[in-house]
Amino acid sequence: MSEPIVSLRNVTKRYVRGKQSVDVLEGLTLDIPKGEFVALMGPSGSGKTTLLNLIGGLDTPTSGEITVAGQRLDQLSSGGLSHWRANHVGFVFQFYNLMPMLTAQKNVELPLLLTKLSAGQRKTNALAALTLVGIADRAKHKPNELSGGQAQRVAIARALVADPTLLVCDEPTGDLDRKSADDVLHLLQILNRDHGKSIVMVTHDPKAAEFAGRQLHMDKGALLEAGSVAA
Amino acid sequence: MKYLPLIWATLWRKKTRTIFTLLSVIIAFLLFGLLETVDYAFSHGSGGVTGADKLITTNKYSITLSLPFADLQQIRSVPGVVAVTWFTWFGAYYQESKNFVFAIPIDTDTYLDYHKDELIISDRDLKEYSSTRSGALVNVALMKKYGWKVGDKVPLHSTIWTQKKDGSLDWTFDIVGTFDSKDPALAAAQSSQLLFHYELFDEGRNFGKGTVSWFQERIADPAKSAALARQIDALFANSSDETKTQPANDFTLTFLKQLGDIGFVVHAILGAVFFTLLFLTGNTMMQSVRERIPELAVLKTLGFSDGKVLGLVIAESLLLCVIAALIGLALSYAALPIVKIGLQGVQLSPLALIPGIGVAVVLALIVGVPPALRAGRLNIIDALAARR
Repeated sequence: MSEPIVSLRNVTKRYVRGKQSVDVLEGLTLDIPKGEFVALMGPSGSGKTTLLNLIGGLDTPTSGEITVAGQRLDQLSSGGLSHWRANHVGFVFQFYNLMPMLTAQKNVELPLLLTKLSAGQRKTNALAALTLVGIADRAKHKPNELSGGQAQRVAIARALVADPTLLVCDEPTGDLDRKSADDVLHLLQILNRDHGKSIVMVTHDPKAAEFAGRQLHMDKGALLEAGSVAA
Repeated sequence: MKYLPLIWATLWRKKTRTIFTLLSVIIAFLLFGLLETVDYAFSHGSGGVTGADKLITTNKYSITLSLPFADLQQIRSVPGVVAVTWFTWFGAYYQESKNFVFAIPIDTDTYLDYHKDELIISDRDLKEYSSTRSGALVNVALMKKYGWKVGDKVPLHSTIWTQKKDGSLDWTFDIVGTFDSKDPALAAAQSSQLLFHYELFDEGRNFGKGTVSWFQERIADPAKSAALARQIDALFANSSDETKTQPANDFTLTFLKQLGDIGFVVHAILGAVFFTLLFLTGNTMMQSVRERIPELAVLKTLGFSDGKVLGLVIAESLLLCVIAALIGLALSYAALPIVKIGLQGVQLSPLALIPGIGVAVVLALIVGVPPALRAGRLNIIDALAARR
């Protein structure tokens, strides 16, 4: 087994809303090797999106250690996490979350604004990312001029453009028809297999999960053993 | 600069709203530019006595108090004074009190010498005027206004001067010619003027004989105007009729200031306008940020720090306010010649527009900082949850 890109040790996450506190993750320990494509499955409220947010550096744990791409995320400040995310992780969301007033190319260029690349280099890299996901011909189109599948490809190109070590995908096919979903999942598979990207994907869809190399199941804030899922 | 396309695109996310907001800010700054320029003119005058080639000598204590006509010789004797004429307020109307006529009793030679670069009068009309004791030269605009023709006999009612012969306030003049303005900036001021003989007036009036409202001097060297003004006033120091000599433009301002506290009026209007604008633009910015919370959360997800997101929103507010302010101020600059005509030749300075940029920046910060703080403090998880 290769060196883990994601390593969680006894991670807990508790949300406090007024007088109520909810334990979403309870003592979770997990290793994801570099270059793996993992699907996280489970019922609503099982904690899979919370886990994804912690892995992606969008949130911090209540306790425990999280190491991603060699960096202890639980020890980083808000600013440190922002910087880390810009350099190490790409996000793909269910509803694409593209900027409606920007063209596909400008959307893809967004993460590169945080780099020292020139405008010309940013454009070249954005077009390269759009070419990689097979949608370079729609570079000048705005999100409302794209189909769902095309918009999600643009979102994947945006996630890829800064060459992150890890892709974090939250229900990337949840808003797509079967054909478009399969295309997007196939693309993720290629990125994992041919380009060595580590991918953690949350999904409800068992068919989508089949595209991953490994499936992890969660329930009530904990990871289930493979046997217990089958049962 | 690399963020400018992003900020610009964000600004135009809702085109109609942005256009209306821009228009309201543009109009506010157009008003700011015009009113501040007028206020600047009133508070700064012509920049002091130095540099003025025309001076006006009035009674030191009030322009409503007259000066002895005999002062003329002493003023004329001051080296550097090249022309002197005098003015007495006649205060007249034609038929009804709303029909104001700026009738001026003039000493033909000195008046035309003093105003030689301002008036267009034909030799024929001037000759006719000189030979007609009751003659009057009327501005072409006034002739047109009341449908007067050369040869008409025009009765004017003075609000001040009764006639010696019968105590009547009605004076009758024969229109013998017309005149026009050379300088478009003075056209409005001269449009209601009617010039008639000072001798007729002085001999005919029932009281005040041998007095004038003020003297008007043209000097050879504008650089020496301050010294000359002091010299003229020194002539009458400690007399019963002490004088105050000032540049003609400042005198106009003093005259207009009788209308009221111009500075207070200007700032009261601007205060009301910008108070309203603050709410309008502030509300627009708040609404704009509220609508974009998921997008701002995405920027944070991509690695934009809290400070960068805060900076982007403030920059957007600055861009909106400063662009609109520049357009508004440019429009007010373009309108200055028109305002100048309306203010009867008062000198307006574009310098008054410069503080407008500062006001725009302050406005942008006041309306931009609250939504920017909100954007900066945005919790990514909560913001994205709204879209999930």
